[in-house]
Amino acid sequence: MILLDRVTKTYNKDLGAALDRISLHVEPNEFVIIVGQSGAGKTTLMRLLTREERPSSGKIIVGGIDYDKLKDKDIPLLRRKIGVVFQDFKLLPQKTVYENVAFALEIVGIGRREIQNTVPKVLEIVNLKGKEKHMPLELSGGERQRVAIARAIARQPKILIADEPTGNLDPKHAWDVIRVLEKINRYGTTVMLTTHNQEIVNKLKRRVVTLKSGKVASDRANAGYEV
Amino acid sequence: MKRKVITFTRIVRTGITNFVRNASLAVAAIAVMVVTLTIVLFSLVTSATMNHTIAQIADKINISIYLNDSVTTQQSNNLLAQLQKLPEVKSVSYISKDRALAEYKAENSNNKDLLTAINETGNPLPASIQIDPVDPSKIDQVQKILTEPSTTQLENPQAGTSYSGDRKAAINQIAHAISVLKEVGVLAVVVFALVSMLIIFNTIQMAIFNRRDEIQIMRLLGASTWFIRGPFVVESVVYGIVSALISIALIDLVFVVASSALQASSLGLLDINYANNYFYGNFVLLLTLQLALGIVIGAVSSFIATRRYLKFRLK
Repeated sequence: MILLDRVTKTYNKDLGAALDRISLHVEPNEFVIIVGQSGAGKTTLMRLLTREERPSSGKIIVGGIDYDKLKDKDIPLLRRKIGVVFQDFKLLPQKTVYENVAFALEIVGIGRREIQNTVPKVLEIVNLKGKEKHMPLELSGGERQRVAIARAIARQPKILIADEPTGNLDPKHAWDVIRVLEKINRYGTTVMLTTHNQEIVNKLKRRVVTLKSGKVASDRANAGYEV
Repeated sequence: MKRKVITFTRIVRTGITNFVRNASLAVAAIAVMVVTLTIVLFSLVTSATMNHTIAQIADKINISIYLNDSVTTQQSNNLLAQLQKLPEVKSVSYISKDRALAEYKAENSNNKDLLTAINETGNPLPASIQIDPVDPSKIDQVQKILTEPSTTQLENPQAGTSYSGDRKAAINQIAHAISVLKEVGVLAVVVFALVSMLIIFNTIQMAIFNRRDEIQIMRLLGASTWFIRGPFVVESVVYGIVSALISIALIDLVFVVASSALQASSLGLLDINYANNYFYGNFVLLLTLQLALGIVIGAVSSFIATRRYLKFRLK
């Protein structure tokens, strides 16, 4: 589902590589946690997958799309296939909760009736029923992050990438978010989660990939947190 | 096809919703657009009015050739025909001795002494040929005919032509001033239009700069270029339409107030009555022009302003 082959990303030659010959293979329906200290390269990895950045060298294939052959004008098509949850939510401040989720579907040109069916369902999955008409600023951090997740899963992507989705949340809300990710994974979505929340990693008992100074330090199934 | 229609209606609807939700920003942008569009419209009406006034002045400039009493009808008709053929001549008319006298009497009907004096002396006034030029600054060919010996020998030795000496200098000066004023009018309209376009462009660019994060988020979610840009263009076009309507209503109000409160028909060179007639006579044209200007500037500005945030800048 996700394949990285000796991927290197260098921003500044004097500072060394942010990612150094990373190779990683994620199977369909897997739940992978990427851990590592700040600066280990977690966010760079995510930005390469969403094509916000280009690798300096190496090969990336996601959902059958070879990034080397991807033209700039086709980037929107790639991003529509991947659901992304950002640490800072990235909700549209001018739109209501309902409209934020609907937006992801409108982009793809889905009809109004189908949107009216889908949005309440995904809002129910993330436990936000009844908040449809709220503006993002009227919600708590945890609620906002769940709106972002609802938006990411509304199109039923095969892959969901969540970059520190719990980074800004208190423990209770953090767990709400993680539960939703697990639920989505059970429905058949490949989930890639980055975090440095030790407790979450230890309790989830999933495959954990540890990054250290841009390299894969360990890659183990059913693992706990160790940096 | 169906998908395209859905997307198009969505773009329009989102644009209008954004317009309503961004009310405070919209008010600022519209205020700027109203002021600039009003200046353009005002300069347009003013320049048209000035042109009208100038045309009236230019109309009054004519050249008379005073003829010798001995000139035959044949000779004067020849000269008349010769002048008529010139493209720079609008019209030529022959004023006989009798008509000249009748006009003179009519002009001086209050002056009894003069009238009796004139009646006693017979008719001292010469017959004349009056030339109305198309453009008083372009009378080279007329001048050439006037200075030919075949013409000068027909002229009344005392009166000659009106196009000589001080009058000649005055005509030339007025003609020059007219052409300068016309150019200044056109230049002013063009400059105002350009400046207002720049100001409106800047305002819309700032409005979009404020919302660049939104554009980037939509980009990250995989929205296509037009799905993001469309609503911004629609919103700016709505700014343009609203501003054009307000601006034309403002000018309308100015005319209503001016005609009732000022009670004056002109302010110096500005003939208010004419400006009034011009404005209402060309109302549909001016309205269309304002709307077109507002819509085009709005659309183009938002198109350009969104472009930089829509680019994929892959590092």
